[in-house]
Amino acid sequence: MMKLKKNIPLIDQHDRYGFWGGKFGGSFIPETLKKPVEDLTKEFQKLRKNKKFLTKRDFYFKNYVGSPTSFIKLDNLSNHLGGGQIWAKVVSEANGGAHKIYNATVHALICKAMGKKFIVGDTGAGYAGKMLSMAAKKFGLKCKIFMGAKDIKRQKPNCDAMRKNGAEIIPVYSGSQTLVDAVSECMRYWVSNCDNTHMCVGSTVGPNIFVKICGWSTAQISRELKSQIKKEFKKIPKKLKLINCVGGGSSAYGFWSEFINYDKKQIELIGVEAGGPKKSKLHAAPLSRNAKIGILHGAASYVCQNNEGQIHETESISAGLDYPGVSPIHCFLKDTKRAKYTYATDEEALDAFKMVTKFEKLNPSLEPCHAFAEAIKIAPKLSKDTILVVNSCGDAKKDRDILRQRLGKY
Amino acid sequence: MNNSLINQSFIISKRENRPALLTYTVAGDSTKKKSLEILKSISKYADICELGFPHNTPIADGGQIQTSAYRAIKNGIKINDVFSIVSKFKKLRKNKPVILMGYYNMIYQYNENKFITKCKKSKVDGLIVVDLPYPENKIFASKCKKNKISFIQLISPTTSKIRQKKIINDSHDMIYYISMLSTTGGKLKVSPKKIIQEYQNIKNQNKSKNVVIGFGITQKTIKLLKKADGLVVGSAICKEITRSIKKRQNVVTNVTNVVKRLKNKIK
Repeated sequence: MMKLKKNIPLIDQHDRYGFWGGKFGGSFIPETLKKPVEDLTKEFQKLRKNKKFLTKRDFYFKNYVGSPTSFIKLDNLSNHLGGGQIWAKVVSEANGGAHKIYNATVHALICKAMGKKFIVGDTGAGYAGKMLSMAAKKFGLKCKIFMGAKDIKRQKPNCDAMRKNGAEIIPVYSGSQTLVDAVSECMRYWVSNCDNTHMCVGSTVGPNIFVKICGWSTAQISRELKSQIKKEFKKIPKKLKLINCVGGGSSAYGFWSEFINYDKKQIELIGVEAGGPKKSKLHAAPLSRNAKIGILHGAASYVCQNNEGQIHETESISAGLDYPGVSPIHCFLKDTKRAKYTYATDEEALDAFKMVTKFEKLNPSLEPCHAFAEAIKIAPKLSKDTILVVNSCGDAKKDRDILRQRLGKY
Repeated sequence: MNNSLINQSFIISKRENRPALLTYTVAGDSTKKKSLEILKSISKYADICELGFPHNTPIADGGQIQTSAYRAIKNGIKINDVFSIVSKFKKLRKNKPVILMGYYNMIYQYNENKFITKCKKSKVDGLIVVDLPYPENKIFASKCKKNKISFIQLISPTTSKIRQKKIINDSHDMIYYISMLSTTGGKLKVSPKKIIQEYQNIKNQNKSKNVVIGFGITQKTIKLLKKADGLVVGSAICKEITRSIKKRQNVVTNVTNVVKRLKNKIK
């Protein structure tokens, strides 16, 4: 049976071929990428033990990212719904407006440490791209961002930001013209330019090492949360639920990593995937809608695909969750039953947006609105001493056009 | 596997003092029927036929092969159709080696063992799995060998010397050297002289292994690489298929002419 180990970070609980639980993850990469991936793996192993590097990381997390982000009680929303208390970790306060800045900053630092001057990355909602362009600018790196043509249209504010930061956006017209194609194209670019270019994968997906680097970076969120919770409640509450949206799964892993060792009866981890439009058969919810294991972008995970292994098109109002695969570490958390995964539809996410913004001074993007939808659904049934914490991991500024179109206002 | 069809075709081309010509087309491009016709026709000039089983998320392929793959998928190609194309082809040209090439997820979904059995049944001679590198491919490769299917290992300019040695040691009938850091169909950005030098280094490690060069080879560059045991042309052929469809010309004739010209350049 698949089992989690205690006291070893989840990102390190893989075998020598890079598989979690013997079957998720790995590095299914073309021969050309073997060497650069190996080099990156060695470098990361070295850097994460290097005190100077850690000091540097902490310095930039504090002074550039703006850690810690706040932890607040949503009193009005909780009172309105009754039941459990809803709290939010407002990660969208981080520089740039989302959790993607952690991974981007670390990748830029690694790129510098490896002496490479060019950095490339993929993006869906545009946050990973925007943050990478910011970090690249900050650390003097040349930056290219691969983005699906459909996403370029629907996430314009983030594209404007990327260009302003001096990054070049490469539109991807193949396939569904969304994140899945952007990641493929970015990997292709890296295959061709791996001698002088560093690649940043925007989430806890891709070949093993990219899952690890991203998870290691976003884990900062739960380090902060743990001390904030202890400060607020004097100890870890008896009934705690940590609710997070899951696309690739970088913010969810970052939100949960410090709490995985706890008993699930005390701390429940709930991941909310993108269920897509209510009436559509398409979705981006491989975990909660029982997709089969497949190989996508260099890793084995649950993947939305057909019987033949062709990757399915996905559909979600939220570009950041619109991805057919998911992190191997979430597959592992699912199969070990440590985390529970469900989904919210486009409509539920929009309703959640309406409700949260009506009651609170908070402006969560459509991605965390999926998590809020779940909190809103379950809170009324829960006891008053149950603490629900939602990771409000992105700001809705980027969704302005969609919200205007769907809700008539922004 | 000394008497394998793949080995034999290298022996023949060596005897004729030229490299073997390997073509790559995508099964089902532009239709199931057309791709078989293309295969039949170009096999007059090609020594070994590589046939791609198309995947819709090909991370190592450039634009030309992507276009071919998407077209084939759109036209409804399924894995079983790929096998039936090979079967039909092999009935007509039983001595022409066929190598299937694709991405691991397709094999994984079909089931490794079932896939190999099916390969054997349809008389597939070799397999290239782009995203199943060494050493992760060891078990699969040995399963292939047991069934007399040659698993083809790839070596790239980034492959270290130590790794090269191990790969060559564990390789079967043929080794595929990737000419440069690129996806398929990129412009040749390394001088042919340098590519041949690298090729020679690999060759020197074990002279008995057949080493072919692929990626970026076109009618313009093929002649300069003719010292190799074999040369693979893929994107240039896929490009011709796309062009012919666009111009509403006969795809089979046009593609055959391209392959014929390629062959003439290395004779």
